[in-house]
Amino acid sequence: MNFSGLIQDFGPLTITGLAQGAIIALFALGYTLVYGVLRLINFAHSEVFLLGSYACLIVWGLFGLDQNSATPNMVAVLGYLLLGLLAAVVISGVTALGVELVAYRPLRRRNAPPLAFLITAIGASLFISETVGVVTKRNITGVPPLIRPTDVVVIGNMHVTNLQILIIVLALVAMFVLDRFINRSRLGRGIRAVAQNPDSAALMGVNKSRVIALVFLIGGLMAGIAAVMYDLKIGVTRFDAGFLLGIEAFTAAVLGGIGNLRGALLGGLLLGVLQNYAAGLFGTQWLHAASFVLLVLILLVRPTGLLGESLGRARA
Amino acid sequence: MTTTETPPTGAVPAAEKKNWRTSGGVRGWFGRQHWAVRTVLALVFAAVAYLLPYAGDVPVLGPQIITEGIDWPSALFNMSYYVLLALGLNVVVGFAGLLDLGYVGFFAVGAYTVAMLTSPDSVLHTEWPWLAAIPVALAIAMLSGLILGWPTLRLRGDYLAIVTLGFAEIIRIFATSSETLRGDRGFSDIPHPPGSYADGKPIFGVADATPYYWLGLSVIILVIFGVRNLDRSRVGRSWLAIREDEEAAEIMGVRTIKYKLWAFAIGAFIGGLGGVMFAGQQGFMNSQTFILQFSILVLAGVVMGGSGNLFGAILGGALISYIPDRLRGIEDPIFHTDLFGFRFAIFGLVIIAIMIFRPQGLIPSRRRAMELKDREKEVAPQ
Repeated sequence: MNFSGLIQDFGPLTITGLAQGAIIALFALGYTLVYGVLRLINFAHSEVFLLGSYACLIVWGLFGLDQNSATPNMVAVLGYLLLGLLAAVVISGVTALGVELVAYRPLRRRNAPPLAFLITAIGASLFISETVGVVTKRNITGVPPLIRPTDVVVIGNMHVTNLQILIIVLALVAMFVLDRFINRSRLGRGIRAVAQNPDSAALMGVNKSRVIALVFLIGGLMAGIAAVMYDLKIGVTRFDAGFLLGIEAFTAAVLGGIGNLRGALLGGLLLGVLQNYAAGLFGTQWLHAASFVLLVLILLVRPTGLLGESLGRARA
Repeated sequence: MTTTETPPTGAVPAAEKKNWRTSGGVRGWFGRQHWAVRTVLALVFAAVAYLLPYAGDVPVLGPQIITEGIDWPSALFNMSYYVLLALGLNVVVGFAGLLDLGYVGFFAVGAYTVAMLTSPDSVLHTEWPWLAAIPVALAIAMLSGLILGWPTLRLRGDYLAIVTLGFAEIIRIFATSSETLRGDRGFSDIPHPPGSYADGKPIFGVADATPYYWLGLSVIILVIFGVRNLDRSRVGRSWLAIREDEEAAEIMGVRTIKYKLWAFAIGAFIGGLGGVMFAGQQGFMNSQTFILQFSILVLAGVVMGGSGNLFGAILGGALISYIPDRLRGIEDPIFHTDLFGFRFAIFGLVIIAIMIFRPQGLIPSRRRAMELKDREKEVAPQ
């Protein structure tokens, strides 16, 4: 236990945690949306993220960028970023829809027991991550250094880099847009209606299958954004990156109250920060264990998460 | 599955036609035989299982069955501990309906306890023989089952799944990071089971895995007897009630807490047994052995084979070990790598296909199949 270290590094740990948490929060949205509507853990969501994290690398690779290339100029970076984001978002969205179509829809039509959905999801997840594993020979893939982290704000020993600001701002913007969409738009109202009561919603003329597909698509888009930011922050990706981060994202979703969008944001940021505090306190090797201990504790005290679990009722 | 037309309410359903399928298929036929016939058939089946290491000597068929990339007795031994794990997980998931995604945690507890007590690398420096470590390992595995079971009693379904998953990850991270459990360096020189031939050579050596397979098979048979009796006893009926409707069971006087803990403890016991066997055969283990995919694989085996059915679980457990081992050493035509690398990817597809076309598993539990039929009638036609 290293309390003095924790207090001394409180600022840096917090800002690292927030950046980490922003990525986790975006990733967690996919779990929370699908759970809110279908009461189903979309185990394959981690692979949606994984393919996104490779999609942007492939696009950057087409421009001849790899981990050894120099940082391009400002305008080029912006262009690359947008292209990478576009590729990741498209691939992740398509993957999410594909998983829904192949692994979930046939089961829904047959009224399969809930466990069957979890198993097909595991199957889809294994298939995608292991195929990526075989194709990449299970090696890590480096990310081109599009953004060199430079200090923008320095307060005491807390150095806030441009990359951290970009990640946090991008995540908040994406969350804000999504929140507006769900709460204000016609399609968003459909999603909330199906989450609240699928049968009544269907009677009121909401197309349930379309809402479900839409929910998977939105989750995929958010995971795509998270994947690009993950690549930039960590600098490498690997075939099991989605799986490991996915467990944390799910933890974050449960922490904030699964099925609740604002809960996912809160859970993600909180998890990121607390993980880093635990790392400061006990050592970095305990970073991931901390999140699970936290999850167990939260579930014992408040099984519905911090903000409650309803997508329909919490107006979020 | 084809949806049968439901008769209008009030009408008596037409008597189902008597045929091979409706009278229970192979299992129905087996059940109708005289007990002596059944015993003989079971003995023959067991004898065939014990003779499996020599399957390669059978003309024509033999070479198709045995594995190429790994010697056949070792593949059989791998199958035996996977089957053991599947049997244990079947108690938790299939009988009691508690979705456990971290089952490998108990396997790890069993294996690590043996390693700590017997290996010269351990900080305890006890260096017990393998046999002496077994009771301690099993007791600790059971205890860990209770430790996991107690705080999670309130959790249902998905939440339980994710907490058990977290439990297994904590054990793995602990094994990787803690100095006492030696992380990637692991424990070596874990002693093998005792016993030697007349000429002084040990029965359980390094070269031939056949005796280990026989040992594993014997343990499996004992476990089958134990679990089958439990399933048919008061405990088994309580598990069934809890699985179907926990509230209703509680109201009817089933002590749900007690029997849920029983399920966890027995599942953990069998998982620990698998770990003990594994440690005794390998002689070496480190934290890389207990990856999460392992738990998921065993769960997939149980559900694939038929959750809630002993023979389904055995078949599933055997398949998840056999298929990858069989793929080992075969070159694929596109990437020219060992097909073994694709094992999980191929599994993923197989699992999806089985769940879509046979949601109750390959050998479904008959009781569960009937429940599923009931549920189909309950939901409104779409």
